[in-house]
Amino acid sequence: MTAQAAVHRTGSAAFVRTAPAPALAPPALSVGWLGWLRANLFSTPFNAVLTVLTVLLLAWTVPPAVRFLLIDAVWSGADREACLVSAQHPHVGACWAFVRDRLAYFTYGSYPISGRWRVDVFFVMMGFGTAWLLWLDAPRRDLGAFYFFVVLPVTSFFLLYGLPPLGLPTVDTSRWGGILVTVVVASVGIVVSLPLGILLALGRRSRMPAVKFLSVGFIEIVRGVPLITVLFMASVMLPLFVPPAWSPDNLIRALVGVALFSSAYMAEVVRAGLQAIPKGQWEASAALGLGYWQTLRFVVLPQALRVTIPNILNSYVALFKDTTLVFFVGIFDFLKTIEVARADPKWATPVTSATGYAFAALVYFACCYSMSRYADGVERRLAVADRR
Amino acid sequence: MTSTPREAEVATAGRSEFAVEIEGLHKWFGEFYVLRDVDLQVRRGERIVICGPSGSGKSTLLRCINGLEPYQRGEVTVDGIALRNDPKRIVQVRREVGMVFQQFNLFPHLTVLENCTLAPIHVRKMQQGEAEASARRFLDRVRIPEQADKYPGQLSGGQQQRVAIARALCMNPKLMMFDEPTSALDPEMVKEVLDTMVELAMDGMTMIVVSHEMGFARQVASRMVFMDAGQIVEVNTPEEFFIHPQHERTKLFLSQILE
Repeated sequence: MTAQAAVHRTGSAAFVRTAPAPALAPPALSVGWLGWLRANLFSTPFNAVLTVLTVLLLAWTVPPAVRFLLIDAVWSGADREACLVSAQHPHVGACWAFVRDRLAYFTYGSYPISGRWRVDVFFVMMGFGTAWLLWLDAPRRDLGAFYFFVVLPVTSFFLLYGLPPLGLPTVDTSRWGGILVTVVVASVGIVVSLPLGILLALGRRSRMPAVKFLSVGFIEIVRGVPLITVLFMASVMLPLFVPPAWSPDNLIRALVGVALFSSAYMAEVVRAGLQAIPKGQWEASAALGLGYWQTLRFVVLPQALRVTIPNILNSYVALFKDTTLVFFVGIFDFLKTIEVARADPKWATPVTSATGYAFAALVYFACCYSMSRYADGVERRLAVADRR
Repeated sequence: MTSTPREAEVATAGRSEFAVEIEGLHKWFGEFYVLRDVDLQVRRGERIVICGPSGSGKSTLLRCINGLEPYQRGEVTVDGIALRNDPKRIVQVRREVGMVFQQFNLFPHLTVLENCTLAPIHVRKMQQGEAEASARRFLDRVRIPEQADKYPGQLSGGQQQRVAIARALCMNPKLMMFDEPTSALDPEMVKEVLDTMVELAMDGMTMIVVSHEMGFARQVASRMVFMDAGQIVEVNTPEEFFIHPQHERTKLFLSQILE
C-alpha cells in the first residue's frame, strides 16, 4: 500500500518522502547455499549445461587418477619385483618405491655422495634468500636483495663447483644433475634476466640510435629463435669459433643461453611497465634536478616494476619450465635424471615410466603453481594498495 | 689553479640582476615553429604572469627555462648560468628552479613527505632528518602538515597541487615556475591553490606563472606577458594590461576571457 502510494506520489511533479521505506528480508532463493547455486552454477541454461559437463568430466578423470596415484600405488620395495603384477597385487598403480629408491639421484644427479652436503647447504641458502625476498614485509629487504643477487651467486659457485684451498674439492659440472641443475639453471635465469631485461628495455626506448638498434636487434633476434636453437648453438657452434682452451663448460654455455633468452622476454615485460609511467613523472623528477639514473631508480622503476610484478612472475614460471630444454644439450636436469632412471633394468616395469613422468609433473606443478599463487597474492596486495 | 670560463661564470652565478634572461629564443618542434624570437628579462623578486591562447607557446617557453625542452637558437640564462642545451648546466639550473605542473605529477608510490624529501636528499645531499624537518615546515606553510604520511592518491586535487608546491619549495629554489597550476582542478579547489601562490608572492619569491586566472594576475603580477603564435605580443603592468591593452590580439583575447 505504502509503496503504491509512493509511486503514485512520485508520478506527480513534486515528491517528499514522509516515512522511510520499510526494510524487507531478501527472497529465500537468493541467499544461502541455494542462492549461491542458483547464481553461480545454474544461472542460465548454458551455465547449467557447463556445470553438468564439468561434473561429468571430473567424474571421468579424477577417480582413475586417484586410483593410479594413491590407491593401487606401491609405496615401498627394493626393486622391480615390488611393482609387478602378482597374485597379491592384481592391479599395480604408481611405483613410488622406484621414486623413493632414486630420489637422491633425482636431487643431486651424479654429484659425489661425500659432497652432497654442499648441495644441501646450497638449497638451504637458496630457500632462505628466496623467502627473504618474497616475504614483502620482511625486515631489511635491501640486505635481502644484496644477499640474493650478490652473496648467494658467489658463495654458491664456490660451494658447488669447489674451492680446493678451503678443502672443497672441485666437482665438474658434468656430474651435477637433477633438481640441483634445474634450480641452478632457473635461478641464474631469474637473477640475470631481470636486470638485463631492464637494461634492454631502457635501451629499446633510448634516444641514442646505436643503443636502440643493438637492444631492438638483440630482443628481436632472440625472440625470433626457439630456446632449443639457442641452446644447440651455444653447445655445438660456440666451440667452432672459440679455441677449446677458452671454451666454457657445457653447463655454463647453457646457463648463458637460458639467461640471454629470458632477458629478451623480460625486456618486453619491463617495457610494458615503463610505458605505463606517464611522461609527467620523468619531467617532474628532472625538474627537481634528479638525473636520468636517479629518476629511474627512485621514480620510474619502482612504479613500472610494481605494475609488472604479475607479468614478471609469469615469465619466471615459463622460464622454470623451459629449463627442461637443457636436457637436449646433454645436461642432466631433473627431467633428464628421470629419463635415465626409468630405463634402469633394476626398475623395469610397465608402470615405471608413467610413475617417473607423474612425479616430474607433480614437482613442476608444485613449483609453478606456488609461483602463480604468490603472483596472485602480490597482485591482490597491489590492488589494495592502489585503492588507498 | 686556472679558472676556466665556465668556472668564472659559475662564480658569478647568483650575482646577476636578473633571475632569467631570454634572448632571441627560437624553437621548432620538427617543422612547427613554436617560439619566434622571444626576449624576456625577469628581475629577482619579480612576478611574471604569462597568458595567451592555447598553442601560443607559453608552456614551451616555461619548459625552455629549466631545460625540459631544448631550443634551436638564442639563449636562456638562469641565475647567471647560460643553459646552452648543456646537460650539466641544465641540471645546475634545475636545482635552483622549482616547477609546478598542471597535472601535479606527484610520485604516487611515495608518501607526501617522501615526495618532498626525495630531491633534497638525493640532489642536495641533505641528511634524511634535516630534509624531513624542512619538508614538514613547507607542508605547514602550504597548510597540509597533517597529510605528510598519506599517499598522493588519498588527497584532493587542491591538496595535491599544494604538495607539489611544497615539494618544489623544499629545494629552496630561487625561482618558481607554475604551468597552469589550477587548470586541472575542480572549481572549488582553485582558491586554496591560488591563496598559497599569493602568499608565496608576498614572501618575495621570484615567480613565472602561466595562468588564465586574471584575478590572481591582477593581485600579484609585477608584469603581464601576453603571447600569441609563439611571440610575445605585449608586456605591461597589470593595471595598463587589463585597462588599456595596446595590441589588437590582446584586446580580443581579454574581451574573450573576461566577457
